[in-house]
Amino acid sequence: MRPAPIVRAAMVAAVMLAASNAAFAQVPDASPQELRDAIDQLRRELDARLSALEARLAAVEGEPSPGAAPAPSAAAVPGAKVFNPDIAVIGNFLGAAGRNDVDPAPPLELREAEASLQAIVDPYARADFFLAFGGEGVEIEEGVLTLTALPAGLLGKVGRMKAAFGKVNTLHTHMLPWADRPLVIDNLVGGEEGIADAGLSVAKLLPNPWFFLEATGQVFRGDAGDGLFASSRRRDLLYVGHLRGYRDLSDSANVDLGVSFAQGHNPAGVVDDADVGRFETRLYGIDATVRWRPLARAIYRSFLGRSEIVWSRRGQFGGEQRAAGFYVSGDYQFARRWFAGVRAGRSARASDAARRDQEAAGTVTFWPSEFSQVRGEYRRIGWADAPASHEVLVQFLFAIGAHGAHPF
Amino acid sequence: MTFKTPFVALALALAALAAAPVRAQGTLKVMTTTEDLASIAREVGGALVAVDSMARGFQDPHYVEPKPSFILKLMKADLLVAVGRELEIGWLPPLVTQSRNAKIQAGGPGYLDASLQAQILEVPTGAITRAMGDVHPQGNPHYWLDPENGKRIAAAIAGKLSELRPNDRATFQAQLADFDARLDAGLKRWAAAMAPYQGTKIVTYHRSFPNFAERFGLEIVGYVEPRPGIPPTPQHTLDLINEMKRQGIKLILVEPYFDLKTPNAIARETGAQVLVMPPSVGGVEEAADYFKLFDYDVALVADAIRKSGAK
Ligand SMILES: [Zn+2]
Repeated sequence: MRPAPIVRAAMVAAVMLAASNAAFAQVPDASPQELRDAIDQLRRELDARLSALEARLAAVEGEPSPGAAPAPSAAAVPGAKVFNPDIAVIGNFLGAAGRNDVDPAPPLELREAEASLQAIVDPYARADFFLAFGGEGVEIEEGVLTLTALPAGLLGKVGRMKAAFGKVNTLHTHMLPWADRPLVIDNLVGGEEGIADAGLSVAKLLPNPWFFLEATGQVFRGDAGDGLFASSRRRDLLYVGHLRGYRDLSDSANVDLGVSFAQGHNPAGVVDDADVGRFETRLYGIDATVRWRPLARAIYRSFLGRSEIVWSRRGQFGGEQRAAGFYVSGDYQFARRWFAGVRAGRSARASDAARRDQEAAGTVTFWPSEFSQVRGEYRRIGWADAPASHEVLVQFLFAIGAHGAHPF
Repeated sequence: MTFKTPFVALALALAALAAAPVRAQGTLKVMTTTEDLASIAREVGGALVAVDSMARGFQDPHYVEPKPSFILKLMKADLLVAVGRELEIGWLPPLVTQSRNAKIQAGGPGYLDASLQAQILEVPTGAITRAMGDVHPQGNPHYWLDPENGKRIAAAIAGKLSELRPNDRATFQAQLADFDARLDAGLKRWAAAMAPYQGTKIVTYHRSFPNFAERFGLEIVGYVEPRPGIPPTPQHTLDLINEMKRQGIKLILVEPYFDLKTPNAIARETGAQVLVMPPSVGGVEEAADYFKLFDYDVALVADAIRKSGAK
């Protein structure tokens, strides 16, 4: 296994050959003193070259050179395990109490276990898989190849992914500052499943002297969001576009604005398995986020304010339904491990825009460590067609495995 | 003679063509994750590089917001230098993924993990679990606080810059040698200043100073954090106070980004002194570069020990 002796012998031979050539070239007819000097000089050069080469050999063999550290522990992982993807599992346990006649959650539930497998594929791409284990079995939440080496400032994605519509739709459940999702997301943007589908995505940075500007274009198969979009023909594709502008206001504050668009077929025209209506749904969205986090106290204080407004145009029998909704929320970190938040919103229903629901919620979140959190949420929903619900939700989130990146 | 001239001209033109891309290259754009790496990169790269750091020195380098404005900077970078050992694991990977810059992807020609040649302490042996807190499985990543590691980081950066600009290798090597020489002189100065206080026992907030302590002969006896990344608990604070009283410890080093409430409370109970000590360049205004960081920290600690009579 160790080629060292042969390599070392070859090195010595090569160095001596190089050195002797140099010596002959330099001293064709020199005096004995000059010769002695030249030989001394040669010996020094030889020593220097040998030790340099040995250091390089040591580096190649992975031996620490004198004074160097032990190799990182990853290198000590035997065999193929080095190339295993980073694996993590996140549990989302939800408890609910109080009254909800419209959409009651079970009193106690392991809502979701999300397994993530993430690794760099090759010099051109990385891959991220998120598998959700829930009440309805296993589902591929996302399985994406991200092409990191495209020219012209492009970032490509291929696979099943969350669509770039607004903010909440792009976030995994455990990254949300709430135990639930805003009403407008439930009513207009596909609820918990959201807009996630098989497709292609290209995002381009549009360089300009003033701010970060990114345009994203996506094409999906066309089935997403639990009845939000449904394709009955191969060409019934779903198109999503997003434009994001971002700017630092200072070292501690920044603002993030986005506009989104989605267009695809919906299942409203399906009668006896035949899509006789051929109806479409179009969504328009605006999102705005302000963040504040003083750099020198970044682990103790922060604020995130966010709002999304969504307009839905849904074709169906009896005419197009024009529904709109929004939420506005604020989350304040008041200690290293404590956050408090409020959220309010209202939304019409996509297929019955005359019915408007409204909500108000408050949360308190505690992080025992970076890898677990406990959240309490009080939520009141005023339903358009049912008695108001008052609920308390308790959520435990816990992560094991590889250290994930924090959302932004 | 008749065809020799065109031949020579052609050869010259080809040579010029081959050399042109190298000569046309401007300054190398170097992004670093921390200001310490930025300072060392400036020393080694000199006028041939333009260096910028993402984290500021007064910021906790474990928790940096991955702002899109960093993506814009990374997109144009020729070289990204990271501290490594999972210090930046919570924020750097998504930025690199979105950078649209194939060069600086992990393992790419423009990516340098500065820790690979450095002397790393606290490399865990045996099984580790998160019951130990947010431990760094690849050893303590705050290794730059030893000037000897500063030299190793500098050598790694010089090597990388020479790979990217082979024509300027001699300049980078000369600047590296100059940096090393000045650092050796500094090391003599700093070691002399700390010599009278060898073996002084101290407490630190986070495990940011093991390399500093080892280099300058301090003995770290405890931490304000019960475990890495876990904020102080009353029981741990009580235990620490008792231990400090028992061993007569008079110094608590606190990184500038931590709250002083608990350290101050401990100080009141034990009669110890709280020193806000920057672990990074830019942590305080005076620590403007890698040399001044040690000037500042060594003077701070030496003065405090001398005045407190802790030794
Ligand atoms: Zn640390």
